[in-house]
Amino acid sequence: MNPLLSSLRRPLPLCLLLGLLALAAAAGGLASGPLAIGGGDILGALGLGTAPDPTVSATILQLRLPRVLLGLIVGAALAVSGAAMQGIFRNPLADPGLVGVSSGAALAAVAAIVLGAALGLGAAGRWLLPLASFGGAAVTTLLVSRLSRVDGATQPAQMLLVGLAVNAVSGAGIGLLANIASGPALRALTFWMYGSLGRAGWPEIALTAPVVLLALLLIPLRGRELNALLLGEAEAAHMGVDVERLKRWLVLLVLLAVGGAVALTGIIAFIGLIVPQLIRLWAGPDHRLLLPASALLGGALLTVADTAARTVAAPVELPIGVLTALIGGPFFIALLLRLRGRGETW
Amino acid sequence: MRLAADQVEYAVDGRTLLDRVSLALAPGEVHAVLGRNGAGKSTLLRLLAGDLQPQNGSVSLNGRALSAWTPRARARMRAVLPQSESLRFGFTAEQVVALGRYACPQHRPDTERRIVHEALNMAGVGELALRRYPSLSGGERARVQLARVMAQIWEPLGNTVTDAGGGPRYLLLDEPTASLDLAHQHGCLLQARCFAASGVGVLAVLHDPNLALRYADRVTVLEHGRVIGQGATREVLSRELLERTYGIAIELVHTAGDALPVVIAHPQGLPS
Repeated sequence: MNPLLSSLRRPLPLCLLLGLLALAAAAGGLASGPLAIGGGDILGALGLGTAPDPTVSATILQLRLPRVLLGLIVGAALAVSGAAMQGIFRNPLADPGLVGVSSGAALAAVAAIVLGAALGLGAAGRWLLPLASFGGAAVTTLLVSRLSRVDGATQPAQMLLVGLAVNAVSGAGIGLLANIASGPALRALTFWMYGSLGRAGWPEIALTAPVVLLALLLIPLRGRELNALLLGEAEAAHMGVDVERLKRWLVLLVLLAVGGAVALTGIIAFIGLIVPQLIRLWAGPDHRLLLPASALLGGALLTVADTAARTVAAPVELPIGVLTALIGGPFFIALLLRLRGRGETW
Repeated sequence: MRLAADQVEYAVDGRTLLDRVSLALAPGEVHAVLGRNGAGKSTLLRLLAGDLQPQNGSVSLNGRALSAWTPRARARMRAVLPQSESLRFGFTAEQVVALGRYACPQHRPDTERRIVHEALNMAGVGELALRRYPSLSGGERARVQLARVMAQIWEPLGNTVTDAGGGPRYLLLDEPTASLDLAHQHGCLLQARCFAASGVGVLAVLHDPNLALRYADRVTVLEHGRVIGQGATREVLSRELLERTYGIAIELVHTAGDALPVVIAHPQGLPS
């Protein structure tokens, strides 16, 4: 292989490249839209130069910057959570979306909106929503990890089947709530089913993003232990890993990341599945590289996808979850075929 | 200093898997555990490894209760080769062996790499270092795993025992020869002998009494969770004991020029 290309399998060059990619995605997101904004004006609006006129400034600061930040944070959170879950369960299909964690969080969030509106909670609803989302993620994670254990080990097939059922029940629950909901609550439902980076503004970001960011920073510190865990839980314990403590800690962090991501943007499929798989194909399964690289690529991908979702059919905005699923589904099948060719069947 | 089980009992759902079993693994020896399927061999190994806690009796490692050590300290003193492996992620063989170094004090990267490669060479799979693990054959994987567990306890710990571990090291092998061809079965146990010669206590669950006779200093024979023979291999593995253990007719044949008898099984009874 070309020496330049193969040096990109090494941690530092790869992370630098992916970091640049994320920056470029962010710049593209800030620049594109109904009003095309140049680089000088973007920097100016961010306080790094002469301030542009107020409309441009407001467009950047109030409309595009929150979306771009959400794209980076939520994309990173979904990709890192996917990578971590896949490590914990030693199963590359253990994506928070596929196994039902995201839909459980969404169901709880939607229930909070509908019931919160019915009970007239008002301002308290703002707190209720992320809390419900975290709670929903926690309940479904516990449920799925309990039900997918066979003889003390998590079975990949069992886990997907349980996830299928959880997704079906959560979807039905959201459908039921749609029947009793009205007006704004009903619009919120489509948002949670298909995801959007356009709903959360600065207040929501300020409330939930710090939790997600904290989880994002703490998960990659467990790379070596996750590597050991890939050999099997008993093997990792023999090698000196405190397996139960590691799993509890990581599951908690993944819950916070996924619950927070769903509270901010609704269900966005496939990022958590595809991004880690791409990095593994390119640079191998070492979590010390996989986790930070997934965060960067996940953030970049979701930001690009969102920019595409709001520009390709402007002024209509495509639901981001529809777009990621549309691209992600076929892409995932191609990945599975590639893996099968390498003898890695699940 | 020993890795020792003292009068351990273990039962699941009221079925006794081990009944007052004692076994002391000394540094420098190869100790084989024999018995029929379901006799309790793997359960005994898992108790010694710390996977399971005995319901009665105790397990100690270098002078302390096994459970009193931190997982990391335990991992420096003893390594375990499980019966089957389940790694399906695409690590290279050398990465798999490097995983074994998790609990070890880390040296400079080139020293770590040298240890990994020496372990791979010792297991006879040095040339597979850069191959992806899932693409290896069953026997090759088994040998890479052997290299991994040897790398885990590669360096002597010194005689002072502290909270971080210390004293002799132990290697527990659960049916290490199961997926190996005839030559590699002998190769594997020869490596175990070499490792024992450097002061490591090696315990191996084996099915073939011929391998036990050739490579084990001492042997423990289990039947329905009880010890029915324990001691020096040549003395313990008599025809009577082997017949009782496996429930078939056994013949011990001395071939010319070899002090060791060969165990021959006659499933239909001994020919007259």
